[in-house]
Amino acid sequence: MADSFFRGITRLAALLVLALMAGILLVLLVQAWPAFHRFGWHFFSGTQWDPVTNQFSALASIFGTLVTSLIAIIIAVPVSFGIALFITELAPAWLRRPVSTAIELLAAIPSIIYGMWGLFVFAPVFSEYAQPWITDHIGNWPLVGVLFQGPPMGIGVFTAGLILAIMVIPFISAVMRDVFDLVPTVLKESAYGVGCTTWEVVWNVVLPYTRVGVVGGIMLGLGRALGETMAVTFIIGNSHDISRSLFMAGNTISSTLANEFTEAVGPIYTSSLIALGLILFFITFVVLGLAKLMLLRMGTREGRKS
Amino acid sequence: MAFSARYLRRRLLNGFNLGVSVLATVFGLFWLGWLMWTLVSRGLRWIGPSLFTQSTPPPAAAGGGIANAIVGSLLITLVGVVVGTPIGILAATWLAEFGRHSRIAAVIRFVNDILLSAPSIVIGVFVYAVVVARFGHFSGWSGGLALAIIMLPVVLRTTEDMLILVPDQLREAAAALGAPQWRVVVTVVYRASLGGILTGVMLGIARISGETAPLLFTALNNQFWSSDMSRPMANLPVMIFQFAMSPYDNWQHLAWAAALLITLAILALSLIARILIRANAFVK
Repeated sequence: MADSFFRGITRLAALLVLALMAGILLVLLVQAWPAFHRFGWHFFSGTQWDPVTNQFSALASIFGTLVTSLIAIIIAVPVSFGIALFITELAPAWLRRPVSTAIELLAAIPSIIYGMWGLFVFAPVFSEYAQPWITDHIGNWPLVGVLFQGPPMGIGVFTAGLILAIMVIPFISAVMRDVFDLVPTVLKESAYGVGCTTWEVVWNVVLPYTRVGVVGGIMLGLGRALGETMAVTFIIGNSHDISRSLFMAGNTISSTLANEFTEAVGPIYTSSLIALGLILFFITFVVLGLAKLMLLRMGTREGRKS
Repeated sequence: MAFSARYLRRRLLNGFNLGVSVLATVFGLFWLGWLMWTLVSRGLRWIGPSLFTQSTPPPAAAGGGIANAIVGSLLITLVGVVVGTPIGILAATWLAEFGRHSRIAAVIRFVNDILLSAPSIVIGVFVYAVVVARFGHFSGWSGGLALAIIMLPVVLRTTEDMLILVPDQLREAAAALGAPQWRVVVTVVYRASLGGILTGVMLGIARISGETAPLLFTALNNQFWSSDMSRPMANLPVMIFQFAMSPYDNWQHLAWAAALLITLAILALSLIARILIRANAFVK
């Protein structure tokens, strides 16, 4: 009697997780429906976001979300790889734990703190010292040059991506570190035995062995970057235009929500914002789902050994 | 001994790449240092007794404190913990003790891991649509509910990891003495993994106490002292957001002081949790 009761309520709690996920999807879908219904496919392809005329489309926000996350991943992946390599292969034993912990603490700092620091401390330094130099030296390159032109404002799409990179480094490097530790010692020692250097062991043995897990870790970081809100809201500049330069202001789905949701007037405005939220949830669902499947194949659970 | 050119090239490549790896680590630690230095140098001097005794001041006024935001944050977080923790622990219990290898358990784990990293702002929108829009006003309760939804997957995940680490022999020994399964779980398994479960709860608290995005649409903010959970409620993260973005010097100073306090509290919580997780008997 007591047994079946206990079993029943734990089961209920477990099923609640599924109900929660279904509930979030359902509620967002129902609330977003008016916007989808009214704007149709144009919601995904147009660039207009005008509360005055009630014309809304999501492309600028989706574009900003993808671009900032892409910048973050391009910066964070090599750095995280270096950190994981340092912790697993180079650092003396006494240094491993402090360095791991310090890097993990980067993930504990609230997003809003990154935002304040980014806006008031990092952006001024960046616009004064780094941006003019980048514009002068890379701004006239063919093809990529146009990405780095524009007034040195400090804030903008590139700064947002850079700060997102700092925020996802702890997640990616933790997964990489844990999967690198899974490589059988025998495998590495054999490679050392035939005369490989440390780098050759890592590049030719460790990395191929852990490929799936490494990609899973990168996807996990990507999932985090896509949904990050407060830091981006502070530093991206919040403009609904898509501009060619990464130094210009932009916006992301989450920053649009954070800025406009409480001030949205009228059902279609609110519905459009919730539709943005649904799109974000869907994108992160797919990315995180893939990450999870890859990590499962690697036999780890999100970087933590079980 | 003469090195061949090829050997030299391999050695150089090795040295260069390992050097870059050290630089990458320094690069990562550099930001942590810069962030902490910013918080201390900008926040420390505004921390005084009045910070903890007075409510947030009106715009452009001098003085004031953040007492209402601290109390509000504590209350909202408390609701999140009280709602999120038991559900998380019970769900983890089912996954670890009853449905361990079932297909539905695998699905629940999968969904839980996605919720764990889901954008918190979407949770805020969800709670807004379900609670705030229905009752017609922002409230401390809805903020607590949003935090509970974020807390739940964290607790579930760590608790399940801890329960699985408890050796089956312990369960069998208790069952052999005639204990019904619920007693085995409550008096043996929970007790053996208590440290780990508490650590999970602490990590959950560390995670939710800095969350800003979900509170923007739920608890909102309140300039005045209020312990009425059914009204909009002051809380540190949203207060920091509003004050930092404001043009008033005094508000910005309070925002930096609050930012320093909340970061120190969260870092302390995460560090203690990490130390505890290592001290836990079953975790190596």
